[in-house]
Amino acid sequence: MEKELRLMKGNEAVAEAAIRTGADGYFGYPITPQSEILEYLMEADPYHTTGMVVLQAESEVAAINMVYGGAACGKKVMTTSSSPGISLKQEGITYIAGAELPCLIVNVVRGGPGLGTIQPAQSDYFQATKGGGHGDYHLIVLAPASVQEMADFVELGFDLAFKYRNPVMMLSDGAIGQMMEKVWLSPQKERSKTVPAWATTGKPATRDRIIITSLDLDPNGQERFNQKLVAKYNEIREKEVRYEEFQCEDAEYILVAYGTSARVCMKSIQLARAQGIKVGLLRPITLFPFPTKRLNELAGKVKMMVSVEMSAGQMVEDVMLSVNGKVPVYHFGRMGGIVTEPEEVVDFLKSKI
Amino acid sequence: MTEEIIIAGFGGQGVLSMGKIMAYSGVMQDMEVSWMPSYGPEMRGGTANVTVIISSERISSPIIKHFDTGIILNQQSLDKFEDSIKPGGVLIYDSNGITRHPERKDITIYRVDAAEEAGKMNSPKVFNMIVLGGFLKVKPIIRMENVVKGLKKSLPERYHNLIPMNETALQRGMEIIVPVA
Amino acid sequence: MAQATGIKEIIKPENLVYRKTKVMTDNILSYCPGCGHGTAHRILAEIIDEEGLQSETIGISPVGCSVLLYEFIDIDWQEAAHGRAPALATAIKRLLPDKFVFTYQGDGDLAAIGTAETIHTCNRGENILIIFINNGIYGMTGGQMAPTTLPGMKSSTSPYGRDVKLMGNPLKMTDIVATLPGTYYVTRQSVHTPVNVRKTKKAIRKAVHYQKLNKGTCFIEIVSNCPSGWKMTPVEANKWMEANMFPFYPLGDLKVPAEENAQKTTNSEKND
Repeated sequence: MEKELRLMKGNEAVAEAAIRTGADGYFGYPITPQSEILEYLMEADPYHTTGMVVLQAESEVAAINMVYGGAACGKKVMTTSSSPGISLKQEGITYIAGAELPCLIVNVVRGGPGLGTIQPAQSDYFQATKGGGHGDYHLIVLAPASVQEMADFVELGFDLAFKYRNPVMMLSDGAIGQMMEKVWLSPQKERSKTVPAWATTGKPATRDRIIITSLDLDPNGQERFNQKLVAKYNEIREKEVRYEEFQCEDAEYILVAYGTSARVCMKSIQLARAQGIKVGLLRPITLFPFPTKRLNELAGKVKMMVSVEMSAGQMVEDVMLSVNGKVPVYHFGRMGGIVTEPEEVVDFLKSKI
Repeated sequence: MTEEIIIAGFGGQGVLSMGKIMAYSGVMQDMEVSWMPSYGPEMRGGTANVTVIISSERISSPIIKHFDTGIILNQQSLDKFEDSIKPGGVLIYDSNGITRHPERKDITIYRVDAAEEAGKMNSPKVFNMIVLGGFLKVKPIIRMENVVKGLKKSLPERYHNLIPMNETALQRGMEIIVPVA
Repeated sequence: MAQATGIKEIIKPENLVYRKTKVMTDNILSYCPGCGHGTAHRILAEIIDEEGLQSETIGISPVGCSVLLYEFIDIDWQEAAHGRAPALATAIKRLLPDKFVFTYQGDGDLAAIGTAETIHTCNRGENILIIFINNGIYGMTGGQMAPTTLPGMKSSTSPYGRDVKLMGNPLKMTDIVATLPGTYYVTRQSVHTPVNVRKTKKAIRKAVHYQKLNKGTCFIEIVSNCPSGWKMTPVEANKWMEANMFPFYPLGDLKVPAEENAQKTTNSEKND
């Protein structure tokens, strides 16, 4: 079957891709700028076509715990929200990580802290990549930079989640969620009929009971579990790093940016190169695992790096750790829901050369 | 070819849907497109604007400060975006309700009195299609057949009976757009 | 029998009057002497066994004294965050509608931190069973005031007794959910005497039946004790419960299915 071409908002692309990839359940709560996802799913009513359950929960907290319940049955389940809602979900997310359950969480980020603004931001980087809730854990974090990637990362997210039995977060933002672009949609897949061996589905006489829990009252047992998680995260660091390089071959300066900022930087590079400044972009596609090795290699070839993010400077810390002092690293970006303009990036770059 | 367009006016003037039809028409012509609206409280009754980029290449930033063409449909938007048009660019505006007309000398300015024309046609809803017709006359970047295909794609099927009227409106826009000396 | 009988001669298969249901595991219960949890677990396990539900059941254990419930009943389990069991159950039942799904929650879990999940799950009429153990105290964390602690009742966070002006009133969650259109069967029982154990077991069996018929949320409150938290002997605790808890939380059905009401009327007419 051929892919279908549509013009869609990023939010709509997430919803349509969820149906087409054969998701079993979606549990959400309205919040700007991502309410289109729940609205789209309710209108599409996939329960009557694919059997996908769609439910508007009474709260973000309930929604993420519904995801826990569904995931523990081995189902492909997801939730979406925006920054304040994602904060509310953190309890559920750490339990899901602690119970080693697969699921997809989409954060269409808006500016904060607090109620903040409904306009796009990238100020949830720390929350997404360093854990977010309590305890030692990581999410696999995917950063889409186009509507096409909003669609594609639904399937990729579920694949990674089930491969590693680990929650996956798609860290988007209000700009990508709200904008429309061309998107090639995969044909409808059937929902999976296979039940993972670890899923709770009722205990037949032929196997031991399955207990999905994140509790271990024995510190030695808990530490063994923590070590198991560490090993898993190291494997993910080894195997799942994804990034895109843009005009890095001859670059003397590297911009590091993900999502909307990466798109802005591509324009900045066009403007800067017109002025004879050789600058390239490294766009992390996975924020955890972070493209540490590649940045360290590039650092040996360039004079400076700038982390461009719509935040007070969060990813810049990971860029600095990656570069490990080889070249100067700066942060530049707007906050408060203001999208950085391409010209501003060029001006900042020039001020540091 | 890359055309960077801002469309701005009141919510309810069909600003966002004009942008969507433009973008869909670009898709029908095998172009890359992006449609980036202003969103939030300002959608609800206030001003609305959308950035549409149509390009033969991969589109970099969907959010930009300078535009090849500004399609401006009220005074606030004219005040806000007149200076955002690149030197040598194009400004298209409807003079209805405009008290301070555009003043720049380094851009080409066109007037399309679409509100008045829509009134004459007894069909206020085709206002935005008249404006779009004017734009396509000045910047024929999309073939009319693809605009009609774009219309079909962006309108729900139950409104497809309105497509001929929209085509007429596009034609009217092409006829009534005039350069401002 | 002329010969004196030793204990070993009494314990013979033909003399057996009670046996541990096979759905209970061999793990030793972690509860204090006299606690009602063990009895509640046992009758739940017996129902699962007797109704042939072991391979069809997914239980959700709470945070509270019964957090380790999954160690004691031999079925598939999910351990929820504090108060969130009904949200888990909602998704499980919707994704696996043919399974028997229940939550087992204490008063802090269900009626304080999980109030929203409880009410909305019942209001949606999720086709699950909620078992609510109400002993008026936070047992696991050491006897703090619960949403159900009685006026004047002492706890480690109401050491002078619950002052309702200062600390609010006890919450009758069962009465609240009985008013919601989504609940089908709501009852309040206890497990402190053999008669009450039998009644509670009967209520659980009904709830299993209703869930098979897809009738909506069934909600069974079990008013129970906490000898350790109440600082009483088990016997004193049960007496105190009868004297103080039952007047405030009276036992009996709060909401019974309309058809069952009709049935009862017909029966009583016949009896007359």
